[in-house]
Amino acid sequence: MPMQIFFLIVAAVTLISAIMVVTVRRMMHAALWLVMSLFGVALLFAMLEASFFAVVQVLVYIGAIAILVIFAVMLTRRMMDDRGPQTNQGWWVALVAVLGIFGGLSAIMLSWPRLQVGPGIRPADNILTDFGTALVNPGQFAVPFEVASVLLLAALVGSIYVAVDHKGGKG
Amino acid sequence: MSGFWFDPIGFLILWFNALLKGWGIPGDLVLFICYVVGAFILATCALLLVVFLIWVERKIGGRVQDRLGPNRVGPFGLIQPVADMLKIFTKEFITPDGVDKVTYNLAPILSVGAVIMIWAVVPFAISVYGANLNVGILYIVAVGGLGELGIVMAGWGSNNKFALLGAFRGVAQLLSYEVPMVLSLLIPVMFAGSMNLNEIVRAQTVPFVVMAPIAALIFFISSIAENGRAPFDLLEAESEIVAGFNIEYSGLKFGFFFVGDFLHAFTIALLFSIVFLGGWLGPYSDQIPILGFIYLMIKTSLIYFLGLLIRFSLPRLRIDQMMAFNWKLLVPLSLATVVFTAIVDKLAPEDNLIVRVIALVLVNLIIWLTMQEIIGRVFKAHPPRRLVMHRRSESNDLESPEESDPGSVPSENPAASS
Repeated sequence: MPMQIFFLIVAAVTLISAIMVVTVRRMMHAALWLVMSLFGVALLFAMLEASFFAVVQVLVYIGAIAILVIFAVMLTRRMMDDRGPQTNQGWWVALVAVLGIFGGLSAIMLSWPRLQVGPGIRPADNILTDFGTALVNPGQFAVPFEVASVLLLAALVGSIYVAVDHKGGKG
Repeated sequence: MSGFWFDPIGFLILWFNALLKGWGIPGDLVLFICYVVGAFILATCALLLVVFLIWVERKIGGRVQDRLGPNRVGPFGLIQPVADMLKIFTKEFITPDGVDKVTYNLAPILSVGAVIMIWAVVPFAISVYGANLNVGILYIVAVGGLGELGIVMAGWGSNNKFALLGAFRGVAQLLSYEVPMVLSLLIPVMFAGSMNLNEIVRAQTVPFVVMAPIAALIFFISSIAENGRAPFDLLEAESEIVAGFNIEYSGLKFGFFFVGDFLHAFTIALLFSIVFLGGWLGPYSDQIPILGFIYLMIKTSLIYFLGLLIRFSLPRLRIDQMMAFNWKLLVPLSLATVVFTAIVDKLAPEDNLIVRVIALVLVNLIIWLTMQEIIGRVFKAHPPRRLVMHRRSESNDLESPEESDPGSVPSENPAASS
């Protein structure tokens, strides 16, 4: 019972922060609300005893991506007074897409048999070791893992190429 | 009674548990209360420790720089931090005009909280730790990211250009130095086969600093940079950006950043001694936990002292030097160390510890010598540019413009003289 109350609080905070992200007027505040929302997701992971994912959520999403977003916001012009409209003409497309995704996810979740089982899905103690070996096992996820790594490396190289000064600087 | 002297914390926890159960509180709630009380006590102890650390730092800083340090209030100036604290408590709470109130006030709390959160997973003795997290190392790195967030929030929320510049610099520095830090932390994780700090301590029958000296050095340097202390104190470079990200803060709010900084310096020494020096391991520490705590504190104090010596004797780096040092030296070096250590550690016989240690020391030596060779060649091919100070009177005399930067102040400006 206390776990349920805690879950409801965390879920409410996550959702409210997510709504604030798209409704507050200042871009910087939106970025900070995004951090709050991501932190709520990390707490949900922690409550599921998936500590690895909780920590990775904080490390990657708050420590790296949110900081990057904040930087991007800081480097935009007139970040201190955003007075433009918050939506553009394509807002209904986004609405349809979001509703579609929400409906699809809900349908899948509800038809998933393990969801009705309730408590009892406890991760094993050595889940981290299993996870690690699964990522390097050719029979499991070695290929997707390597492909993702190559993709990230390509993105890294590409971003350096875009950022480098081509106008005949010293290099 | 002997139980108390050998393991005071464990004894107190047992006693407290029994007391609560005696009051008829259900078991789940007892555990919860114990965690809350434990977290509260640990955080308070950490914050009280800062009072002492301020004195230590000022005193040692004074001695290193041939001064006396605090010496008026109390014996050896020991009461000086208390006096400072009283003064800072009585200061007015100023919130400057135009700041973003929530962000501005949240930033100092976040920067202290990020440091204290590290203490949650630190094993102080064989039986004394907050959370036995199986992703301890990753947790420490993740929590470090929250500190960066605090700096960004302070810089942006202050509505001040210098604060913003300081925050930009700070985040650039902290994000960059996180890369070699994480890479160097991979090596102890590899040796111990676990990210749990307790397991890492247990695995160190030979301290990891012997098996991975380069990784230890990289971790030490990059954690000083993470702390933003000299020679890496670019984010509060007084001569360039006044005071950096905390320029608009005063009184207790500034004090919070200060506390976070001092506590961070001690915490990285603590982490270094846990990850590379064997933590609480030592003679009889598995039977008498309090001995383990004493060993840990001795090791931590040594590393802390080393950090203070560096802080008070080295001048500040330039920002391009700092970035070049990280991306051109530390990152490739740590990558090479991780790869070669992994290979050698896999090839070395697992049961023969001596052979394994010798092999690892040798590979570290080879990496170090190779690095020196490469640096020597690079410096020979491209001699490092010296910083040329462009003072007007001198640059008038100098007739060799190829030494100076194109962006420097011209020696004679016809537009200005007209």
